[in-house]
Amino acid sequence: MSTNVNRKPILFGKVVSQREISEDIYDLTLDISGYADLIQTIQPGQFASLYTDDSSMLLPRPISICDISKDEGLIRFVYRKVGGGTGLFSNLKPGDSLKMIAPLGNGYEVLDKINLKDKNCLAIGGGIGIPPMLLLSKVLSQAEANVTAVLGYRTDDLFLSEDFKPYAELLISTDDGKAGVKGTVIDAITASGVKADMIFACGPMPMLRGVKVYAEKESIEAYVSLEEHMACGIGACLGCICKTVEVDSHSHVKNARICKDGPVFNAKDIEI
Amino acid sequence: MNLSVDFLGVNMKNPITTASGTFGSGMEFNEYTDISKLGAVTTKGVAVEPWEGNCVPRVCETPSGMLNAIGLQNPGADVFIKRDLEFLKQFDTNIIVNICGHSEEEYLACIDKMNDTDADIFEINISCPNVKSGGIAFGTDPKMVEHITNIIKQRSKKPIIMKLSPNVTDIKVMAKAAEAGGADAISLINTITGMKIDIHKRSFALANKTGGLSGPAIRPVAVRMVYEASSAVSIPVLGMGGIRTAEDAIEMMMAGATMVAVGTANFNNPIVTSEIIDGIKRFMEEQGISDIKDIIGIV
Repeated sequence: MSTNVNRKPILFGKVVSQREISEDIYDLTLDISGYADLIQTIQPGQFASLYTDDSSMLLPRPISICDISKDEGLIRFVYRKVGGGTGLFSNLKPGDSLKMIAPLGNGYEVLDKINLKDKNCLAIGGGIGIPPMLLLSKVLSQAEANVTAVLGYRTDDLFLSEDFKPYAELLISTDDGKAGVKGTVIDAITASGVKADMIFACGPMPMLRGVKVYAEKESIEAYVSLEEHMACGIGACLGCICKTVEVDSHSHVKNARICKDGPVFNAKDIEI
Repeated sequence: MNLSVDFLGVNMKNPITTASGTFGSGMEFNEYTDISKLGAVTTKGVAVEPWEGNCVPRVCETPSGMLNAIGLQNPGADVFIKRDLEFLKQFDTNIIVNICGHSEEEYLACIDKMNDTDADIFEINISCPNVKSGGIAFGTDPKMVEHITNIIKQRSKKPIIMKLSPNVTDIKVMAKAAEAGGADAISLINTITGMKIDIHKRSFALANKTGGLSGPAIRPVAVRMVYEASSAVSIPVLGMGGIRTAEDAIEMMMAGATMVAVGTANFNNPIVTSEIIDGIKRFMEEQGISDIKDIIGIV
Protein backbone atom coordinates (compact mmCIF):
# COMPACT_ATOMS: atom_id res chain seq x y z
CA MET A 1 0.00 0.00 0.00
CA SER A 2 2.56 2.51 1.05
CA THR A 3 5.03 2.06 -1.74
CA ASN A 4 2.86 1.52 -4.80
CA VAL A 5 1.16 4.90 -4.84
CA ASN A 6 1.80 7.27 -7.71
CA ARG A 7 2.73 10.32 -5.72
CA LYS A 8 2.01 13.83 -6.86
CA PRO A 9 5.11 15.88 -7.63
CA ILE A 10 6.26 19.20 -6.29
CA LEU A 11 6.70 21.17 -9.48
CA PHE A 12 9.42 23.59 -10.38
CA GLY A 13 8.23 25.85 -13.17
CA LYS A 14 10.64 27.94 -15.22
CA VAL A 15 9.51 31.46 -15.93
CA VAL A 16 9.02 32.05 -19.65
CA SER A 17 7.61 35.55 -19.43
CA GLN A 18 6.06 37.99 -17.03
CA ARG A 19 4.59 41.45 -17.52
CA GLU A 20 2.38 43.86 -15.63
CA ILE A 21 -0.79 44.06 -17.75
CA SER A 22 -2.64 46.49 -15.49
CA GLU A 23 -1.90 48.24 -12.23
CA ASP A 24 -0.68 45.48 -9.87
CA ILE A 25 -2.01 42.77 -12.22
CA TYR A 26 0.71 40.44 -13.49
CA ASP A 27 0.65 37.92 -16.33
CA LEU A 28 3.09 35.08 -15.62
CA THR A 29 3.80 32.13 -17.91
CA LEU A 30 5.86 29.18 -16.72
CA ASP A 31 7.30 26.17 -18.50
CA ILE A 32 6.24 22.95 -16.78
CA SER A 33 6.82 20.74 -19.84
CA GLY A 34 8.70 18.26 -17.65
CA TYR A 35 5.35 17.26 -16.15
CA ALA A 36 3.57 16.33 -19.37
CA ASP A 37 1.13 13.80 -17.86
CA LEU A 38 0.11 16.23 -15.19
CA ILE A 39 -0.62 19.06 -17.63
CA GLN A 40 -3.07 16.81 -19.47
CA THR A 41 -5.17 16.51 -16.30
CA ILE A 42 -5.64 20.26 -15.64
CA GLN A 43 -9.25 21.40 -15.72
CA PRO A 44 -10.67 24.92 -15.85
CA GLY A 45 -11.31 26.22 -12.34
CA GLN A 46 -8.43 24.40 -10.70
CA PHE A 47 -5.67 26.30 -8.96
CA ALA A 48 -2.01 26.06 -8.00
CA SER A 49 -0.27 26.70 -4.69
CA LEU A 50 2.79 28.82 -5.33
CA TYR A 51 5.59 28.92 -2.75
CA THR A 52 7.81 31.94 -2.19
CA ASP A 53 11.54 31.52 -1.69
CA ASP A 54 11.39 33.70 1.43
CA SER A 55 11.51 31.40 4.44
CA SER A 56 9.59 33.92 6.58
CA MET A 57 6.52 33.43 4.37
CA LEU A 58 5.41 29.92 5.10
CA LEU A 59 2.11 29.53 3.38
CA PRO A 60 1.68 28.87 -0.31
CA ARG A 61 -0.33 31.38 -2.33
CA PRO A 62 -3.35 29.84 -4.04
CA ILE A 63 -3.57 31.25 -7.59
CA SER A 64 -6.13 30.24 -10.20
CA ILE A 65 -4.95 28.74 -13.46
CA CYS A 66 -5.64 31.24 -16.25
CA ASP A 67 -4.55 29.16 -19.20
CA ILE A 68 -2.46 26.17 -20.23
CA SER A 69 -0.80 25.03 -23.40
CA LYS A 70 -0.80 21.26 -23.40
CA ASP A 71 1.42 21.13 -26.50
CA GLU A 72 4.07 23.53 -25.26
CA GLY A 73 3.87 22.56 -21.58
CA LEU A 74 3.03 26.06 -20.41
CA ILE A 75 0.91 27.24 -17.50
CA ARG A 76 -0.25 30.82 -17.16
CA PHE A 77 -1.26 32.74 -14.05
CA VAL A 78 -2.75 36.22 -14.02
CA TYR A 79 -2.70 37.46 -10.43
CA ARG A 80 -2.95 40.62 -8.40
CA LYS A 81 -0.01 41.81 -6.32
CA VAL A 82 -1.60 42.19 -2.89
CA GLY A 83 1.23 41.68 -0.42
CA GLY A 84 4.71 40.39 0.23
CA GLY A 85 4.31 36.97 -1.35
CA THR A 86 2.72 38.05 -4.61
CA GLY A 87 5.17 40.96 -4.54
CA LEU A 88 8.02 38.44 -4.72
CA PHE A 89 6.31 36.61 -7.58
CA SER A 90 5.98 39.91 -9.45
CA ASN A 91 9.79 40.23 -9.43
CA LEU A 92 10.31 36.89 -11.21
CA LYS A 93 12.23 37.13 -14.48
CA PRO A 94 12.50 34.72 -17.42
CA GLY A 95 14.62 31.74 -16.42
CA ASP A 96 13.75 32.00 -12.72
CA SER A 97 12.31 28.95 -11.00
CA LEU A 98 9.05 28.83 -9.06
CA LYS A 99 8.02 26.01 -6.74
CA MET A 100 4.39 24.92 -6.73
CA ILE A 101 1.90 22.12 -6.37
CA ALA A 102 -0.75 21.87 -9.06
CA PRO A 103 -3.37 21.26 -10.19
CA LEU A 104 -5.37 21.48 -6.96
CA GLY A 105 -9.05 21.23 -6.14
CA ASN A 106 -12.05 20.40 -8.23
CA GLY A 107 -12.59 22.66 -11.20
CA TYR A 108 -15.65 22.86 -13.43
CA GLU A 109 -15.92 19.07 -13.47
CA VAL A 110 -19.40 19.23 -14.94
CA LEU A 111 -17.74 19.94 -18.30
CA ASP A 112 -16.75 16.28 -18.55
CA LYS A 113 -20.22 15.04 -17.75
CA ILE A 114 -22.48 16.77 -20.24
CA ASN A 115 -22.69 17.43 -23.95
CA LEU A 116 -21.88 21.12 -24.28
CA LYS A 117 -22.49 21.40 -28.01
CA ASP A 118 -24.70 24.43 -28.75
CA LYS A 119 -25.31 25.05 -25.04
CA ASN A 120 -25.52 28.73 -24.20
CA CYS A 121 -22.93 29.28 -21.49
CA LEU A 122 -22.12 32.39 -19.48
CA ALA A 123 -18.56 32.62 -18.17
CA ILE A 124 -18.80 35.36 -15.55
CA GLY A 125 -15.64 36.84 -14.07
CA GLY A 126 -15.24 39.77 -11.73
CA GLY A 127 -11.92 41.51 -11.08
CA ILE A 128 -9.19 39.01 -10.32
CA GLY A 129 -11.84 36.30 -10.85
CA ILE A 130 -11.59 37.00 -14.59
CA PRO A 131 -8.39 34.99 -15.34
CA PRO A 132 -9.74 31.44 -14.71
CA MET A 133 -12.67 32.24 -17.02
CA LEU A 134 -10.21 32.30 -19.92
CA LEU A 135 -9.28 28.61 -19.79
CA LEU A 136 -12.94 27.82 -19.14
CA SER A 137 -14.06 29.81 -22.21
CA LYS A 138 -11.44 28.06 -24.31
CA VAL A 139 -12.58 24.60 -23.21
CA LEU A 140 -16.26 25.49 -23.66
CA SER A 141 -15.51 26.85 -27.11
CA GLN A 142 -13.62 23.68 -28.07
CA ALA A 143 -16.70 21.72 -27.00
CA GLU A 144 -18.73 23.87 -29.42
CA ALA A 145 -20.73 25.63 -26.72
CA ASN A 146 -21.94 29.18 -27.38
CA VAL A 147 -19.87 31.15 -24.89
CA THR A 148 -20.56 34.63 -23.60
CA ALA A 149 -17.86 35.97 -21.30
CA VAL A 150 -19.31 38.50 -18.88
CA LEU A 151 -16.43 40.44 -17.38
CA GLY A 152 -16.80 42.91 -14.54
CA TYR A 153 -14.14 45.60 -14.02
CA ARG A 154 -13.72 48.63 -11.78
CA THR A 155 -13.03 50.94 -14.71
CA ASP A 156 -12.07 50.90 -18.39
CA ASP A 157 -8.73 49.15 -17.90
CA LEU A 158 -10.06 45.92 -19.41
CA PHE A 159 -7.13 43.62 -18.73
CA LEU A 160 -7.23 40.21 -20.43
CA SER A 161 -10.48 40.96 -22.29
CA GLU A 162 -8.82 40.72 -25.73
CA ASP A 163 -7.68 37.18 -24.91
CA PHE A 164 -11.31 36.04 -24.66
CA LYS A 165 -12.25 37.11 -28.18
CA PRO A 166 -11.26 33.89 -30.00
CA TYR A 167 -13.55 31.89 -27.72
CA ALA A 168 -16.43 34.07 -26.56
CA GLU A 169 -18.78 36.94 -27.17
CA LEU A 170 -17.97 39.68 -24.67
CA LEU A 171 -20.17 41.56 -22.25
CA ILE A 172 -18.47 44.16 -20.08
CA SER A 173 -19.60 45.89 -16.92
CA THR A 174 -17.69 48.55 -15.01
CA ASP A 175 -18.26 50.11 -11.62
CA ASP A 176 -17.79 53.61 -13.00
CA GLY A 177 -19.48 53.12 -16.37
CA LYS A 178 -16.37 54.07 -18.38
CA ALA A 179 -16.75 50.90 -20.45
CA GLY A 180 -19.66 48.56 -21.10
CA VAL A 181 -22.66 48.68 -18.83
CA LYS A 182 -22.37 50.76 -15.66
CA GLY A 183 -23.08 48.44 -12.75
CA THR A 184 -22.65 44.74 -12.05
CA VAL A 185 -22.16 41.72 -14.28
CA ILE A 186 -25.84 40.88 -13.68
CA ASP A 187 -26.77 44.38 -14.94
CA ALA A 188 -24.76 43.63 -18.10
CA ILE A 189 -26.50 40.29 -18.58
CA THR A 190 -29.94 41.79 -18.05
CA ALA A 191 -29.23 44.72 -20.39
CA SER A 192 -28.07 42.40 -23.17
CA GLY A 193 -31.01 40.03 -22.91
CA VAL A 194 -28.64 37.07 -23.38
CA LYS A 195 -30.20 33.73 -22.47
CA ALA A 196 -28.17 31.02 -20.79
CA ASP A 197 -28.43 27.29 -20.20
CA MET A 198 -25.48 27.24 -17.80
CA ILE A 199 -23.52 29.73 -15.75
CA PHE A 200 -19.92 29.55 -14.56
CA ALA A 201 -18.59 32.27 -12.30
CA CYS A 202 -15.55 33.43 -10.35
CA GLY A 203 -15.17 36.71 -8.54
CA PRO A 204 -15.74 38.58 -5.31
CA MET A 205 -18.35 37.22 -2.89
CA PRO A 206 -20.98 39.95 -3.51
CA MET A 207 -20.83 39.10 -7.22
CA LEU A 208 -21.15 35.38 -6.56
CA ARG A 209 -24.15 35.99 -4.31
CA GLY A 210 -25.72 38.03 -7.11
CA VAL A 211 -25.00 35.23 -9.59
CA LYS A 212 -26.56 32.64 -7.26
CA VAL A 213 -29.72 34.74 -6.85
CA TYR A 214 -29.96 35.41 -10.60
CA ALA A 215 -29.43 31.73 -11.47
CA GLU A 216 -32.10 30.61 -9.01
CA LYS A 217 -34.57 33.18 -10.31
CA GLU A 218 -33.95 32.16 -13.93
CA SER A 219 -33.66 28.44 -13.08
CA ILE A 220 -30.21 28.17 -14.63
CA GLU A 221 -27.63 25.68 -13.39
CA ALA A 222 -24.73 27.70 -11.95
CA TYR A 223 -21.22 26.76 -10.87
CA VAL A 224 -19.26 29.23 -8.77
CA SER A 225 -15.63 29.28 -7.72
CA LEU A 226 -14.86 30.38 -4.16
CA GLU A 227 -11.86 31.99 -2.58
CA GLU A 228 -10.68 31.83 1.04
CA HIS A 229 -7.51 32.13 3.08
CA MET A 230 -5.79 28.76 2.85
CA ALA A 231 -2.94 27.07 4.69
CA CYS A 232 -2.17 23.57 3.38
CA GLY A 233 -4.08 23.89 0.08
CA ILE A 234 -4.67 20.12 -0.10
CA GLY A 235 -7.58 19.53 2.26
CA ALA A 236 -5.82 18.56 5.48
CA CYS A 237 -5.89 21.63 7.72
CA LEU A 238 -9.56 22.69 7.39
CA GLY A 239 -8.51 26.33 7.20
CA CYS A 240 -10.74 27.17 4.23
CA ILE A 241 -14.31 26.02 4.50
CA CYS A 242 -17.64 26.95 3.04
CA LYS A 243 -21.04 26.22 4.53
CA THR A 244 -22.99 23.64 2.55
CA VAL A 245 -26.74 23.03 2.39
CA GLU A 246 -26.47 19.30 3.04
CA VAL A 247 -24.14 17.38 5.33
CA ASP A 248 -21.10 16.59 3.19
CA SER A 249 -19.31 13.28 3.17
CA HIS A 250 -16.01 14.60 4.48
CA SER A 251 -16.68 16.99 7.36
CA HIS A 252 -20.10 15.64 8.41
CA VAL A 253 -20.83 19.16 9.69
CA LYS A 254 -21.80 21.00 6.47
CA ASN A 255 -18.31 22.44 6.00
CA ALA A 256 -16.91 21.71 2.54
CA ARG A 257 -13.21 22.30 2.04
CA ILE A 258 -12.77 25.02 -0.57
CA CYS A 259 -9.28 23.84 -1.53
CA LYS A 260 -10.15 20.17 -1.92
CA ASP A 261 -13.93 19.75 -2.40
CA GLY A 262 -14.03 23.07 -4.32
CA PRO A 263 -13.07 25.69 -5.24
CA VAL A 264 -15.90 25.17 -7.75
CA PHE A 265 -19.30 24.30 -6.32
CA ASN A 266 -22.78 23.99 -7.71
CA ALA A 267 -24.31 27.24 -6.43
CA LYS A 268 -27.36 25.45 -5.06
CA ASP A 269 -25.18 23.27 -2.79
CA ILE A 270 -23.53 26.09 -0.82
CA GLU A 271 -24.56 28.90 1.47
CA ILE A 272 -22.80 32.11 0.53
CA MET B 1 22.81 3.63 12.83
CA ASN B 2 19.70 3.44 14.99
CA LEU B 3 16.95 6.02 14.54
CA SER B 4 14.34 4.12 16.50
CA VAL B 5 13.04 5.16 19.86
CA ASP B 6 10.82 3.45 22.37
CA PHE B 7 7.99 5.78 23.24
CA LEU B 8 5.56 4.56 25.91
CA GLY B 9 6.25 0.95 25.00
CA VAL B 10 5.65 1.57 21.31
CA ASN B 11 8.57 1.08 18.95
CA MET B 12 8.93 4.12 16.69
CA LYS B 13 11.14 3.58 13.63
CA ASN B 14 12.28 7.18 14.03
CA PRO B 15 11.42 10.00 16.43
CA ILE B 16 9.36 12.02 13.93
CA THR B 17 5.59 12.40 14.05
CA THR B 18 3.16 15.08 12.90
CA ALA B 19 1.63 17.83 15.02
CA SER B 20 -2.09 17.38 15.53
CA GLY B 21 -4.24 19.43 13.20
CA THR B 22 -1.60 20.05 10.57
CA PHE B 23 -1.75 16.68 8.85
CA GLY B 24 -5.40 15.56 8.99
CA SER B 25 -5.17 11.80 9.26
CA GLY B 26 -2.46 11.65 6.64
CA MET B 27 -4.80 10.95 3.72
CA GLU B 28 -4.06 14.15 1.82
CA PHE B 29 -0.34 14.29 2.59
CA ASN B 30 0.11 10.67 1.56
CA GLU B 31 -0.56 11.85 -1.99
CA TYR B 32 2.78 13.68 -1.78
CA THR B 33 4.90 11.73 0.72
CA ASP B 34 4.95 8.20 2.09
CA ILE B 35 3.41 8.40 5.55
CA SER B 36 4.83 4.94 6.33
CA LYS B 37 8.18 6.65 6.68
CA LEU B 38 7.03 8.42 9.85
CA GLY B 39 7.61 7.10 13.35
CA ALA B 40 3.97 7.89 13.98
CA VAL B 41 1.11 9.91 12.57
CA THR B 42 -0.62 12.13 15.11
CA THR B 43 -4.16 12.77 13.93
CA LYS B 44 -6.21 15.92 14.00
CA GLY B 45 -8.20 16.18 17.23
CA VAL B 46 -11.33 14.08 17.40
CA ALA B 47 -14.25 14.44 19.79
CA VAL B 48 -17.05 12.05 20.64
CA GLU B 49 -19.52 14.01 18.46
CA PRO B 50 -18.88 16.10 15.30
CA TRP B 51 -17.73 19.69 15.87
CA GLU B 52 -18.40 22.48 13.38
CA GLY B 53 -15.41 24.62 14.23
CA ASN B 54 -15.14 28.39 13.82
CA CYS B 55 -16.17 30.79 11.06
CA VAL B 56 -13.73 31.81 8.32
CA PRO B 57 -11.21 33.36 8.03
CA ARG B 58 -9.64 30.64 10.12
CA VAL B 59 -6.01 31.12 9.12
CA CYS B 60 -3.60 33.94 8.32
CA GLU B 61 0.11 34.24 7.78
CA THR B 62 2.41 36.09 10.17
CA PRO B 63 6.20 36.59 10.01
CA SER B 64 7.80 33.10 10.02
CA GLY B 65 4.52 31.67 11.22
CA MET B 66 0.78 31.70 11.06
CA LEU B 67 -2.29 32.08 13.21
CA ASN B 68 -5.08 29.55 13.14
CA ALA B 69 -8.46 29.35 14.78
CA ILE B 70 -9.98 26.27 13.17
CA GLY B 71 -11.89 25.49 16.35
CA LEU B 72 -11.27 21.74 16.30
CA GLN B 73 -13.69 20.96 13.49
CA ASN B 74 -13.94 17.18 13.33
CA PRO B 75 -16.40 14.57 12.08
CA GLY B 76 -16.80 12.84 15.44
CA ALA B 77 -15.45 9.57 16.79
CA ASP B 78 -17.66 7.17 14.83
CA VAL B 79 -16.74 8.51 11.39
CA PHE B 80 -13.12 8.87 12.49
CA ILE B 81 -12.90 5.22 13.54
CA LYS B 82 -14.51 3.94 10.35
CA ARG B 83 -12.73 6.20 7.91
CA ASP B 84 -9.54 7.67 9.35
CA LEU B 85 -8.33 4.79 11.48
CA GLU B 86 -9.21 2.27 8.76
CA PHE B 87 -7.09 4.32 6.40
CA LEU B 88 -4.16 4.72 8.79
CA LYS B 89 -3.92 1.10 9.86
CA GLN B 90 -2.92 0.09 6.33
CA PHE B 91 0.42 1.81 6.84
CA ASP B 92 3.57 0.71 8.57
CA THR B 93 3.50 3.54 11.09
CA ASN B 94 2.13 4.07 14.58
CA ILE B 95 -1.06 5.97 15.29
CA ILE B 96 -1.35 8.67 17.93
CA VAL B 97 -4.99 9.76 18.19
CA ASN B 98 -5.47 13.30 19.46
CA ILE B 99 -8.60 13.59 21.60
CA CYS B 100 -10.52 16.73 22.48
CA GLY B 101 -13.64 17.51 24.48
CA HIS B 102 -15.71 20.31 25.97
CA SER B 103 -16.10 18.57 29.31
CA GLU B 104 -14.72 15.68 31.36
CA GLU B 105 -17.64 13.54 30.20
CA GLU B 106 -16.87 14.23 26.55
CA TYR B 107 -13.19 13.34 26.92
CA LEU B 108 -14.11 10.09 28.66
CA ALA B 109 -16.80 9.22 26.13
CA CYS B 110 -14.28 9.67 23.34
CA ILE B 111 -11.67 7.57 25.18
CA ASP B 112 -14.29 4.81 25.55
CA LYS B 113 -14.88 4.83 21.79
CA MET B 114 -11.17 4.79 20.96
CA ASN B 115 -10.07 2.22 23.56
CA ASP B 116 -10.71 -0.81 21.36
CA THR B 117 -9.39 0.62 18.11
CA ASP B 118 -6.00 0.31 16.43
CA ALA B 119 -4.76 3.55 18.00
CA ASP B 120 -1.40 3.02 19.70
CA ILE B 121 -1.35 6.07 21.94
CA PHE B 122 -3.77 8.87 22.87
CA GLU B 123 -2.71 12.48 22.96
CA ILE B 124 -5.12 14.51 25.09
CA ASN B 125 -5.64 18.08 23.94
CA ILE B 126 -6.08 20.22 27.05
CA SER B 127 -4.52 23.23 25.41
CA CYS B 128 -6.47 24.35 22.35
CA PRO B 129 -6.73 28.15 22.51
CA ASN B 130 -9.57 28.34 19.99
CA VAL B 131 -12.54 26.70 21.69
CA LYS B 132 -14.69 28.26 24.38
CA SER B 133 -14.89 25.36 26.78
CA GLY B 134 -12.56 22.44 27.29
CA GLY B 135 -9.19 22.84 25.62
CA ILE B 136 -7.10 25.53 27.21
CA ALA B 137 -9.59 26.02 30.05
CA PHE B 138 -8.40 22.66 31.39
CA GLY B 139 -4.77 23.15 30.50
CA THR B 140 -3.88 26.32 32.37
CA ASP B 141 -4.85 25.29 35.90
CA PRO B 142 -2.48 22.73 37.46
CA LYS B 143 -5.18 21.22 39.69
CA MET B 144 -7.40 20.72 36.69
CA VAL B 145 -4.51 19.27 34.65
CA GLU B 146 -3.82 16.72 37.35
CA HIS B 147 -7.50 15.89 37.77
CA ILE B 148 -8.31 15.44 34.10
CA THR B 149 -5.13 13.46 33.54
CA ASN B 150 -6.07 11.21 36.41
CA ILE B 151 -9.61 10.42 35.26
CA ILE B 152 -8.49 9.85 31.66
CA LYS B 153 -5.59 7.64 32.73
CA GLN B 154 -7.97 5.48 34.77
CA ARG B 155 -10.30 5.08 31.82
CA SER B 156 -7.76 4.65 29.03
CA LYS B 157 -6.54 1.29 27.78
CA LYS B 158 -3.71 3.00 25.88
CA PRO B 159 -0.80 5.14 27.03
CA ILE B 160 -1.71 8.82 27.27
CA ILE B 161 0.20 11.96 26.37
CA MET B 162 -1.09 15.19 27.88
CA LYS B 163 -0.64 18.07 25.43
CA LEU B 164 0.29 21.19 27.32
CA SER B 165 -0.31 24.85 26.59
CA PRO B 166 2.52 27.37 26.48
CA ASN B 167 0.09 30.08 27.60
CA VAL B 168 1.07 29.65 31.25
CA THR B 169 3.46 31.36 33.64
CA ASP B 170 5.44 28.26 34.57
CA ILE B 171 5.41 25.23 32.29
CA LYS B 172 7.21 23.13 34.92
CA VAL B 173 4.18 23.33 37.19
CA MET B 174 1.90 22.04 34.43
CA ALA B 175 4.33 19.27 33.46
CA LYS B 176 4.52 18.10 37.09
CA ALA B 177 0.74 18.25 37.41
CA ALA B 178 0.34 15.97 34.39
CA GLU B 179 2.94 13.59 35.77
CA ALA B 180 1.23 13.57 39.17
CA GLY B 181 -2.07 12.77 37.46
CA GLY B 182 -0.51 9.69 35.89
CA ALA B 183 0.35 10.88 32.39
CA ASP B 184 2.62 8.51 30.48
CA ALA B 185 4.13 11.45 28.59
CA ILE B 186 3.62 15.12 27.89
CA SER B 187 3.67 16.94 24.57
CA LEU B 188 4.41 20.61 24.07
CA ILE B 189 4.04 23.23 22.94
CA ASN B 190 0.58 23.83 21.59
CA THR B 191 0.17 27.19 19.85
CA ILE B 192 0.71 30.53 21.54
CA THR B 193 -2.36 32.78 21.59
CA GLY B 194 -1.95 35.66 19.19
CA MET B 195 -3.82 38.26 17.19
CA LYS B 196 -3.50 39.98 13.84
CA ILE B 197 -5.37 43.08 12.73
CA ASP B 198 -6.03 43.93 9.10
CA ILE B 199 -5.32 47.66 9.19
CA HIS B 200 -7.04 48.28 5.86
CA LYS B 201 -10.25 46.61 6.98
CA ARG B 202 -9.78 47.95 10.54
CA SER B 203 -10.77 44.56 11.79
CA PHE B 204 -9.40 41.25 13.00
CA ALA B 205 -7.66 39.02 10.47
CA LEU B 206 -9.39 35.96 11.96
CA ALA B 207 -13.12 35.61 12.53
CA ASN B 208 -12.31 34.28 16.01
CA LYS B 209 -10.30 37.49 16.74
CA THR B 210 -7.51 35.48 18.38
CA GLY B 211 -5.73 32.42 17.05
CA GLY B 212 -2.88 30.10 17.85
CA LEU B 213 0.55 31.16 16.63
CA SER B 214 2.69 28.40 15.15
CA GLY B 215 5.68 28.03 12.86
CA PRO B 216 9.40 28.83 13.20
CA ALA B 217 8.50 32.10 14.98
CA ILE B 218 7.69 30.13 18.14
CA ARG B 219 10.53 27.61 18.01
CA PRO B 220 12.85 29.22 20.59
CA VAL B 221 9.93 29.40 23.03
CA ALA B 222 9.20 25.72 22.37
CA VAL B 223 12.82 24.68 22.84
CA ARG B 224 12.99 26.56 26.15
CA MET B 225 9.75 25.02 27.40
CA VAL B 226 10.67 21.49 26.31
CA TYR B 227 13.96 21.92 28.15
CA GLU B 228 12.25 23.19 31.31
CA ALA B 229 9.47 20.61 31.26
CA SER B 230 11.70 17.64 30.51
CA SER B 231 14.01 18.70 33.33
CA ALA B 232 11.07 18.88 35.74
CA VAL B 233 9.56 15.43 35.11
CA SER B 234 10.74 11.89 34.57
CA ILE B 235 8.16 10.96 31.93
CA PRO B 236 9.14 11.36 28.26
CA VAL B 237 8.40 14.48 26.23
CA LEU B 238 7.08 14.84 22.69
CA GLY B 239 8.48 18.18 21.56
CA MET B 240 6.95 20.45 18.96
CA GLY B 241 6.74 24.07 17.93
CA GLY B 242 8.18 25.49 14.73
CA ILE B 243 10.14 22.42 13.63
CA ARG B 244 11.04 22.82 9.97
CA THR B 245 14.39 21.14 9.42
CA ALA B 246 16.38 18.16 10.67
CA GLU B 247 18.56 20.58 12.64
CA ASP B 248 15.45 21.94 14.38
CA ALA B 249 14.36 18.41 15.30
CA ILE B 250 17.80 17.56 16.65
CA GLU B 251 17.82 20.77 18.70
CA MET B 252 14.46 19.78 20.20
CA MET B 253 15.77 16.32 21.09
CA MET B 254 18.87 17.80 22.66
CA ALA B 255 16.55 20.00 24.74
CA GLY B 256 14.95 16.85 26.09
CA ALA B 257 12.37 15.54 23.63
CA THR B 258 12.20 11.81 22.95
CA MET B 259 10.02 12.39 19.90
CA VAL B 260 9.46 15.47 17.77
CA ALA B 261 6.34 16.56 15.90
CA VAL B 262 6.36 18.55 12.67
CA GLY B 263 3.41 20.87 12.20
CA THR B 264 3.13 24.12 10.29
CA ALA B 265 6.14 23.25 8.13
CA ASN B 266 3.94 20.69 6.35
CA PHE B 267 2.06 23.63 4.81
CA ASN B 268 5.27 25.09 3.49
CA ASN B 269 6.46 21.81 2.03
CA PRO B 270 4.23 18.72 1.86
CA ILE B 271 7.23 16.37 1.88
CA VAL B 272 9.05 18.08 4.75
CA THR B 273 8.63 15.18 7.20
CA SER B 274 10.48 12.85 4.85
CA GLU B 275 13.24 15.42 4.31
CA ILE B 276 13.64 15.87 8.08
CA ILE B 277 14.03 12.12 8.64
CA ASP B 278 16.68 11.94 5.87
CA GLY B 279 18.40 14.99 7.34
CA ILE B 280 18.59 13.41 10.78
CA LYS B 281 20.29 10.37 9.25
CA ARG B 282 22.82 12.61 7.51
CA PHE B 283 23.51 14.52 10.73
CA MET B 284 24.07 11.26 12.61
CA GLU B 285 26.49 10.07 9.95
CA GLU B 286 28.42 13.35 9.96
CA GLN B 287 28.56 13.48 13.75
CA GLY B 288 29.25 9.79 14.25
CA ILE B 289 26.10 9.26 16.28
CA SER B 290 25.17 5.59 16.25
CA ASP B 291 21.96 5.82 18.26
CA ILE B 292 19.59 8.78 18.16
CA LYS B 293 18.65 8.11 21.78
CA ASP B 294 22.12 9.26 22.77
CA ILE B 295 21.29 12.89 22.03
CA ILE B 296 18.02 13.11 23.99
CA GLY B 297 18.42 15.79 26.64
CA ILE B 298 22.16 15.91 26.06
CA VAL B 299 22.39 19.60 26.97
